[in-house]
Amino acid sequence: MITAERKPMEELIECLRPYNRILLVGCNECVTVCAAGGRKEVGILSSALQMAFMKEGKTLEVKEMTLERQCDPEYVEELVTHIDQAEAVMSMACGCGVQEIARRFKTKPVFPAVNTTFMGASERQGVWAERCQGCGECVLGLTGGVCPIARCSKRLLNGPCGGSTNGKCEVDPDMDCAWQLIWDRLKALGIEDRYEDNIAAKDWRTGRGGGPRKIIREDLVK
Amino acid sequence: MENFEPTIVAFCCHYCAYTAADMAGSKRLCYPPNVKIIKVPCSGKVDAIHIMKALEKGADGVYVAGCLEGDCHFKSGNIEASKRVTYIKKLLDEIGIGGERVEMILMSAGMGERFAQTAADMTEKIRKLGPNPVKFSPKADNAA
Amino acid sequence: MKTESVLEKVFASGELAVTSECGPPRGAVPEKIIEKAKMLKGYVDAVNVTDNQTAMVRMSSFAACVFIKQLGMSPILQMVTRDRNRLAMQADILGAYSHGIDNILCLSGDHPHFGDHPMAANVHDIDSVQFVQMIRDMRDKGKFQGGDDILNPPKMFIGAAANPFADPFELRVARLAKKIKAGTDFIQTQCIYNLDKFEKWMEGVRDRGLHEKVNIMAGITPMKTVGMAKYMKNRVPGMDVPDEIIKRMAGVPKEKQPEEGIKISVEAIERLKTVEGVKGFHIMAIEWEEKVPEIAEKAGLLPRPKIDL
Repeated sequence: MITAERKPMEELIECLRPYNRILLVGCNECVTVCAAGGRKEVGILSSALQMAFMKEGKTLEVKEMTLERQCDPEYVEELVTHIDQAEAVMSMACGCGVQEIARRFKTKPVFPAVNTTFMGASERQGVWAERCQGCGECVLGLTGGVCPIARCSKRLLNGPCGGSTNGKCEVDPDMDCAWQLIWDRLKALGIEDRYEDNIAAKDWRTGRGGGPRKIIREDLVK
Repeated sequence: MENFEPTIVAFCCHYCAYTAADMAGSKRLCYPPNVKIIKVPCSGKVDAIHIMKALEKGADGVYVAGCLEGDCHFKSGNIEASKRVTYIKKLLDEIGIGGERVEMILMSAGMGERFAQTAADMTEKIRKLGPNPVKFSPKADNAA
Repeated sequence: MKTESVLEKVFASGELAVTSECGPPRGAVPEKIIEKAKMLKGYVDAVNVTDNQTAMVRMSSFAACVFIKQLGMSPILQMVTRDRNRLAMQADILGAYSHGIDNILCLSGDHPHFGDHPMAANVHDIDSVQFVQMIRDMRDKGKFQGGDDILNPPKMFIGAAANPFADPFELRVARLAKKIKAGTDFIQTQCIYNLDKFEKWMEGVRDRGLHEKVNIMAGITPMKTVGMAKYMKNRVPGMDVPDEIIKRMAGVPKEKQPEEGIKISVEAIERLKTVEGVKGFHIMAIEWEEKVPEIAEKAGLLPRPKIDL
């Protein structure tokens, strides 16, 4: 999922200061899974914002809504019935959702409530870790299912570097060395000899390097 | 503020804390009327939003009372509740309401005295902290 | 011979090669690098110039190498993949070669986390293995990494680093093999204190005949104080300092520790001379460059062969 974390309250209160009525929109997908912006979090943030305003002798009316997803225009359209009553919108979805709302409602200020962080997986309840950076040319088949681009601090394709210590990265003793993980997997699969196949320099055009990307499926386009 | 009578909401778990309250009652132990008890099947049933709403609606203090460590009827509801209370305390500090207004308290079913003492202590602590600042708002909902 | 490099000629002659290292200044003060290099002149065959070492900004290795070249010495340009993309790297290589710098050491580089700009973007457009390959193709095929022809391709003598002491140990010979496959001409190892472990690595290297495919230089760093020894043991990733070394350093009074440190280094060099496959020594006396002549002399590495530049 795409993971995110709520922004500090100070920042959120500051950007909503000029308003009295807002629409607070959550998302039922990724941010629900990582407990950052789902229905529950919308309720808690709404209460926190209202209390922060009340404390200063002001009021903030918050209309709470949680959409199925904010990255599809069909769902964002559901905000139409409530958008006029709000002076501003605060979205608890990832950056994709915030932008979809901004695109649809051009004259309504939209603010992000969370900092979108990474594409990751749940290691266990309450712990999410980065797994993918969307490089556009997946090499997981060569590296035993562990991504060196997302999980090696130096994104080495022919690692490890000389700083790998006890299976951990030199940057942080709690961070796994991706190349140790890759080596362990190659061993478990009995394909250690693949390690010496040098992986060629990456073409970053398939990644962010080529500019913002788009996928067009001709068979699905109306 | 003179003569400030705080309103405290106490979420009490059925198996321990609420039973302790009953015990206090049957032993004729006094505790302040400021404490309003809400019975829950387990302290783990108390979610962050319940605590937030209590404060939003004007409670001056909130505590969640559950079983002693290792004694939870539902295994670890009290531990989950403790973690949530810690999280909410931080959030309340961030918005300036103050995490001290919320506490997690553990007791066993037979601890009538502890129940009464906790109620008194919490009332005094909140009295010193003063009224919940949300009451400064003109539109504050002061339902106690 | 692949290049005109003095270092390549020393290896080819069969003599043990000796190199050392200079760190450029944290400011626009060329005098500092010139002063350090002058201490080494005549005692080493070539001098490494570090590239933003430990991710702290310093005068660029390229610029510092030019000053060293002007002193009539042979610089080794260290370049990390952390700070530059492949365009910048190829451009700098052309520039350096045009200034007569024909040795290069390809490294990944310490993570910015350790340095004075932890907020900087990590480039790592290519890694050190791909970097070696890129320079080899520039030299031998006369082509840029993108495929176009190069006017007067740079004939660089290509080096890389090896760390027999990093984890996982079982991979360290294979990693050397990868770098050799990519086109490495010479290797400088991380500084060696655990001689047993180094010899074990060399055994693995020899088993595969790799010692004949690349020139391996053993890294040596003299300890100045017991504090330095402990710091390197505990705080530097990929460093292996056995307890005996700490004991030896701690066993002498403070004023005698530098002398003991040099003694340990000279003993290490003497032992490493007997290890088949060791083709030279890379003496890294960090902020202690003045001791290199003494170490070279005591270890019987002088005089250096006179090779016309």
